[in-house]
Amino acid sequence: MICLGIEGTAHSIGVGVIENVNGSCRVLSNLIKTYQPVKGGIHPREAANHHASYIASLISDSVRIANVDFAEVDLVSFSQGPGLGPCLRTAATAARALALTLEKPLMGVNHCVAHLEIGRGTVTGCRDPVLLYVSGANTQVIAFAEGKYRVFGETLDVGIGNCLDKFGRAIGLQFPCGPKIEELAKKGTQYLPLPYSIKGMDLAFSGLLTAAENYVTLGKRLEDVCYSLQETTFAMLTEVTERAMAHTEKQEVLLGGGVASNKRLREMVQIMARDRGAQFFVPSKDVCVDNGAMIAWLGFLMYESGVRMNLDDSFINQRFRTDMVEVTWRD
Amino acid sequence: MTALLISGSGQIWWRSPGVTNKILYRGAEAEIRLSEYMGKTVVLKQRVKKAYRIKEIDHQLISYRTKEEAKLIAEARSYGVSVPLLYDVDLMKGAITMEYLAGRRVKDILNGLEGSERKKICVKIGESIARLHNHDIIHGDITTSNMISLDDRIHFIDFGLGCKNIELEAKGVDLHVLMEAFESTHSKYSSCFKDVLEGYTKQFKGDASAVVEKIEEIVRRGRYR
Repeated sequence: MICLGIEGTAHSIGVGVIENVNGSCRVLSNLIKTYQPVKGGIHPREAANHHASYIASLISDSVRIANVDFAEVDLVSFSQGPGLGPCLRTAATAARALALTLEKPLMGVNHCVAHLEIGRGTVTGCRDPVLLYVSGANTQVIAFAEGKYRVFGETLDVGIGNCLDKFGRAIGLQFPCGPKIEELAKKGTQYLPLPYSIKGMDLAFSGLLTAAENYVTLGKRLEDVCYSLQETTFAMLTEVTERAMAHTEKQEVLLGGGVASNKRLREMVQIMARDRGAQFFVPSKDVCVDNGAMIAWLGFLMYESGVRMNLDDSFINQRFRTDMVEVTWRD
Repeated sequence: MTALLISGSGQIWWRSPGVTNKILYRGAEAEIRLSEYMGKTVVLKQRVKKAYRIKEIDHQLISYRTKEEAKLIAEARSYGVSVPLLYDVDLMKGAITMEYLAGRRVKDILNGLEGSERKKICVKIGESIARLHNHDIIHGDITTSNMISLDDRIHFIDFGLGCKNIELEAKGVDLHVLMEAFESTHSKYSSCFKDVLEGYTKQFKGDASAVVEKIEEIVRRGRYR
């Protein structure tokens, strides 16, 4: 079965084509265009305009690169939520138009669950992981329990990527700030204490962010502040992930989302897994960030397990929570 | 996230004589061993160094949490909340020696109970949390893995993320953690948390409805609610 997926929850519009090969996901093509705000954070309307101007060419290019015919596409899936309304609507409209034109079924999927499933689908050995999903908007620790993907821990205020971006903007960096902060942090030598805020398995970053900004105002070395910011937030993330692993008694950990590109975060989670005797997985970068292939893969899993979506039920849902998804494709 | 002497299946691990220092449970931040203290079988909770974090953070977290945990357990007992007896605290090593509670984790028994029995336990949990909150003790990690059922009592363990805090917010967050634990681990029994709140309201000396309202606010504040 060949499935085309359209991702458009936030700053990226992506189209991916995948094929199911004995229960594994083979990515045939996976194209992404990312909106860059001139200044400040993501402007939802501007991002949606960006997506609308690229979606048509992305669809034709992805089908061409995948070396398939439009007639061979069996299913069109799209990110139904959670995300920014205008962006979601742009992706959903494109998906509906394509499905109607091709006369193929349509499937709306949950973006967060897609991040987890693409790990299981593309990484060998990854079967039942605890997912640490870290992106701009989302920071969640997700695992399969009692028939659903459940959120064991999550941020109580901003996402980790958003926290890094806000800090980056305060010191004059351009979006996305994560990679630049990572570079600065490498040159950090002195740890400056920051609030370490964990509530059960939940996290809070906003107080820490203010404290880090205060250090900058006080004239502390930028490299040291970036280093301290990364070390503190990533230690918090790794700790809650380990707590969720202990709680659920799972032996695998998977990283997902844009911030998973950070080498220091990868290293910390990997060390934690090693010391627990657990396995560490991270998907390749193209399917780890927001992308169409993961949307296509989850669409396939749902369709194959018998889920069907009517056009009338394909409304987007900005507040589509991970635990709202009925998981019909796992035991 | 540590639990005393209980294996994954919820069965009690009986020690064979002479076997000490065997890790009985490996939580996220500490190792739980069966040990001996002045001829008594005891539990040794040893916080372990984490190689993933820098030593400044590691050292600070281990000594701070060990100290806070010991203080809070001692204080909770004085307010009539069932907790393990403390025998020894070693801040340098990050180790607490405490009473061995040979019960079962509430996490492991709750789903298998009769409805009325389950309700009784949930009400008791609520009452105990209220006793803690009456004195501004915030447990910090109230989950059913951190409660041991023994001798008709619910014992609270693992105060490692606890603190003293007079704010309504802290009490709300404390209960919110339990609410999430029920949703993820005991999702079939959605009435559990209501029963906890019933016990809480009965025992809490302040305005319990304000705490309940706070929990609702925290839920709404969460993403995608």
